[in-house]
Amino acid sequence: MLKDRLVIALGERDGISGLAIAACATAAGAQVAFVATECFV
Amino acid sequence: MPDVVISAAAQVLAHVPLLARHGSKPRRELPKDPNVAAAFAAALRPFSQALAYPANQAYINALHPRDLPARPWSDLAGATRWSRAGEIMPEEEFLGLLAAMDDFDLLTLSSDAAAQAAAALARHPLAKRLDLERVERAQGDVHAVASEAGALDVIADRAAFRCGQVGDEALSAHVLIDNLAAKATATLALLHLLESSGIDPASVDYVLGCGEEAIGDRYQRGGGNMAKAVAEAAGLSEASGADIKNFCAAPVPALVIAASLVSSGVFRRVAVVGGGCMAKLGMKFQGHLKAGMPILEDVLGGAAALVQADDGVSPRIRLDGVGRHKVSAGGSNPQVMEALAGVPRTRLGLAMTDVDDYATELHNPEVTEPQGSGNVPERNYRTIAALAARKGDIAKDQIPAFVAERGMPGFSPTQGHLASSLCYLPHAVDRLTTGGANRVMLIAKGSLFLGRVCQLSDGMSVLLERNGRLQ
Repeated sequence: MLKDRLVIALGERDGISGLAIAACATAAGAQVAFVATECFV
Repeated sequence: MPDVVISAAAQVLAHVPLLARHGSKPRRELPKDPNVAAAFAAALRPFSQALAYPANQAYINALHPRDLPARPWSDLAGATRWSRAGEIMPEEEFLGLLAAMDDFDLLTLSSDAAAQAAAALARHPLAKRLDLERVERAQGDVHAVASEAGALDVIADRAAFRCGQVGDEALSAHVLIDNLAAKATATLALLHLLESSGIDPASVDYVLGCGEEAIGDRYQRGGGNMAKAVAEAAGLSEASGADIKNFCAAPVPALVIAASLVSSGVFRRVAVVGGGCMAKLGMKFQGHLKAGMPILEDVLGGAAALVQADDGVSPRIRLDGVGRHKVSAGGSNPQVMEALAGVPRTRLGLAMTDVDDYATELHNPEVTEPQGSGNVPERNYRTIAALAARKGDIAKDQIPAFVAERGMPGFSPTQGHLASSLCYLPHAVDRLTTGGANRVMLIAKGSLFLGRVCQLSDGMSVLLERNGRLQ
């Protein structure tokens, strides 16, 4: 599903980090264009 | 290794609606649209409403968070300004407290504001511990000061604040008033602790600050020291101090380091303090306006705790029950919770159900939900309960009961380090002495990536236990 797609990975500190999303997306064949983890409190 | 206890904890709020527009978000957003600025001003709460707000009463330990009424929270009958752990101070008085803590005469108050603050503080139970002459000396021409280069018009016609040095961003009026507010709230909490515990101020050897303000100048922006400033302001003549920095997670490392210093015999008594964060005032105000709610982020918190050798009564800090978020632990919440809530408990041979209360990030959900940030404590408690189910300590269908019985609703202002389990300390001391709990776990987490130096977050946990001699 993600193969050869461009992905923006936005993570959340208390959920799934951006780096983890990016790693999964890369493993699925996507190209990660941007990755960030944010904290909303 | 001698046992170490938390012998006292105090917590205060300062209700500061007119300072709220100087929070980072309102400061950026309000000037863009006069209609939003007007709506913001109209949504500020009077003191009586902030006082009766149930979460604020829980913060000063007037009621346990699990005894909070169902949400949405409305005014609590019988709410008072004072509790055994501290108070909620009104803004006109807090301006005087700022002046009393202002070593560099940066704050100028109008004659009305200075007189009102001085009179109110003179009636305060802690008046003897405050330099009230400074409040009177703060009186001056606020309009003239507000027009000086780099000065801040804090409250129209009532308060203005000079910068430390024109052109130095680290000494701008905005930064310095943030720092002064943090000093004032942390000191107020520490003074309450000294007063209620009867501890001799000269018996405290060291103070650890766990707040998030950067004290410094342009050459060392965060290199300074809030703790010693608080020690001086609170009259701890024999103490020194230093700050522990770890974003929201700092309180638990500060407690663990304090306990280690006492346990090792380096110091007899160590205070841990954290002041309020002005930058976070009104941080979620857009959500509140959208939902037709008052601006709930209109209070500055403050906290203080005292760590000392075992007194035979107070809750013990289990230094063999510390959990840490290692670099190798990864960043997903279940992994982090395993490192913090799982590993130390397993090391001690305890089940998840052997801990009566888990104090994690206790942000008030009425603040965070309207802005789309969800219910932070609830999310954490579900993760902890899922961990308990995975370990077989509870059945899967017992997860809701675990969350209800061992978790609690969030009640803290969104000033991260205060919310990060520090705010539970007065409750923990009560529960582990006169209450029915035997173990409380404090869990703190911090977002290191916010500083753009690494991609990591961090966290630490520590187990508190009923004193064995109390059984």
